[in-house]
Amino acid sequence: MDIWFFLIQVLNGLQYGLLLFLVASGLTLIFGIMGIINLAHGSFYMLGAYLTFWLLQSVDSLLLAIVLALPISAAVGYLIEALLVRVLYRRDHLDQVLLTYGLILIFNEAQRMLWGGDVHGIKVPAALDWSIPLTDTLSYPVYRMAISAVCAALAVGMYLVIQRTRFGMWIRAGASNRDMVAALGINVNLLFGAVFALGAVLAALSGAIAAPISSIGPGMGDTVLIICFVVVVIGGVGSIKGAFLGALLIGLADTFGKVLAPDFASFSVYAVMAAVLLVKPRGLFA
Amino acid sequence: MTTFIAGTGLHTYYGSSHTLHGIDFAVRRGETVALMGRNGMGKSTLLKSLLGIVNPRQGKVTMNGADVTGADTHAIIRRGIAYVPEGRGMFHNLTVREHLVMSARPGNDGRRDWTYERILETFPRLAERLGSLGTHLSGGEQQMLAVGRALMTNPDLLILDEATEGLAPLIRREIWHVIRSIKETGIASIIVDKNVNVLLGLADRHVILVKGEVVYDGSDLTPESEILKRHIGV
Repeated sequence: MDIWFFLIQVLNGLQYGLLLFLVASGLTLIFGIMGIINLAHGSFYMLGAYLTFWLLQSVDSLLLAIVLALPISAAVGYLIEALLVRVLYRRDHLDQVLLTYGLILIFNEAQRMLWGGDVHGIKVPAALDWSIPLTDTLSYPVYRMAISAVCAALAVGMYLVIQRTRFGMWIRAGASNRDMVAALGINVNLLFGAVFALGAVLAALSGAIAAPISSIGPGMGDTVLIICFVVVVIGGVGSIKGAFLGALLIGLADTFGKVLAPDFASFSVYAVMAAVLLVKPRGLFA
Repeated sequence: MTTFIAGTGLHTYYGSSHTLHGIDFAVRRGETVALMGRNGMGKSTLLKSLLGIVNPRQGKVTMNGADVTGADTHAIIRRGIAYVPEGRGMFHNLTVREHLVMSARPGNDGRRDWTYERILETFPRLAERLGSLGTHLSGGEQQMLAVGRALMTNPDLLILDEATEGLAPLIRREIWHVIRSIKETGIASIIVDKNVNVLLGLADRHVILVKGEVVYDGSDLTPESEILKRHIGV
C-alpha cells in the first residue's frame, strides 16, 4: 500500500466516521440526557435522505432540498417526542424499546407507501462533482471532502453550544437532575423536545448529505442505527466526546477492514468494539 | 402586605398515603415564614405541593390571586420563586460558574438586584472555586452555591428546605448571616430548618405542622412555648 493510497483510505475513514458522529451524537445525547433508548433514530437518517430525494424533484438545488428537509425532520422529531416519547420518561427502558421499535416499523412502512421499494440515487451537485488529483492515477472527490468539512464544523459547533452556551448548560443540567432544572424555572419538556428534534435534524442531515455518495433504499436507517449503537457503546453512553472518538475509530476500522481484509470487513467494527470494551467496559468516556 | 402565595385546603397523597390533610398556608410579600415540625410531618410535601412538584388531590394554590393549581413547576417558579431543595440539587456536570450563569434571569418586575458579581461578593468562597464542579465542593460551599443559584433568578420568594442541615457550626453561622441579609432586601422566604432558636429570632411568623395538619400559625412563639416542647421537642 503506497502512502497516497493509505492517505485516501484515512480520508475515507475520517469522512465516514464524521458522518457517523452526526447520527450517533443525537443518539447518545437523547439517551444521556433524556434516558431514552431511541431505536427509531436511524429512521431519521432515512427520512433525511428520502425527503431530500423527494424535494429534489421540485427544486433543482441539493443545498435547497437539504435546507427544506431539515425543518420537516425537526418537526417530525419534536412531535414524536411530545406525543409519544414524553409519556415514557418515568417508565422502564423496555417500554421505550417497544415504542421506538414500533416506530421503526411505522417509518419503514410509511417509506414504502410514499416512495416504494426501489433503490434511488442523488447526483453529486455539479459544483462539487470533481476530484483533487493526488498522483498521476489517484485523486480524491471534493464532495467527500465537503461532507467531512460540514460534519467537522457541526461537531465543533455542537461542542461550543453544549459547553459554552446557557442552552448547553441547561441540556447538561437536564442530564444530571431534570427536576432541579424545572425547579429553576426552565421548561424541561420544551428543552427535551428541542434536544430530540436536534437529534432528529442531525440524523436527517447525515442521511441527506450521504445520499449522493451512497444509495437511498428501504432499511437504510436500520443499518446505520446498528453501527451508531456500536459508536455510542465504544464512546460511553451519553458522552458526545466519546461518540466523536468512537465514530472516528469505527470509520477508520470499517474502511481499512474493507481494504485490507474484505472477507472480514463486517467483523472489523465489532472487533474494535470488543477490544475497547475489554479495556474500558463502560466505554471510553462513560 | 398582600398575599404572594397561598395554598387552601390542600390534600396531598403519595399513592394511598394521605400526607397533607387540608392545609391552609400563605406567605405575604416580604414576609419570612418558618415552617416547623418533626421529620415526616409534611413540611417538604407542603413546599412541593405549592410548587407543583407534587400535585395536591384537593385544594387550591394561588399566586398573587391567580389560580396556579396543577400548573407546571417551571411556570409556578417563573412567577417569582426560587427553591433551594433539601439535598441542594447540585448538577454533577456543571461548574460553580455554570450553576450561576445557567439560572440567571431578571425578576418579574425586570429588577436585576442579584448579579453574578454580587453573588460572588456575598459568597467569596465561591469566587475561589469557580472552575470546580458543583458536586466537588464541600457541603457548606454547595449550600452557598445552591442559595446563590437561587438568588440569580431575582426572586420575590426564596424557599429554603433544610439549608443548614449537616453543616459545621461556623458555616451554618455564615449561611444564617446571608439569610438575614436577604431578608433585609425585602425578599419573602419560607425556611424549613431544625435550628428552632435561630428561626424564632429570624422569622416574622411560625407555622408548625403535625401529621399533615397546621397546629400553630402565629408570631408569638418563644423558646419556652409549650407547643414547641410538645410538637418540636425543644
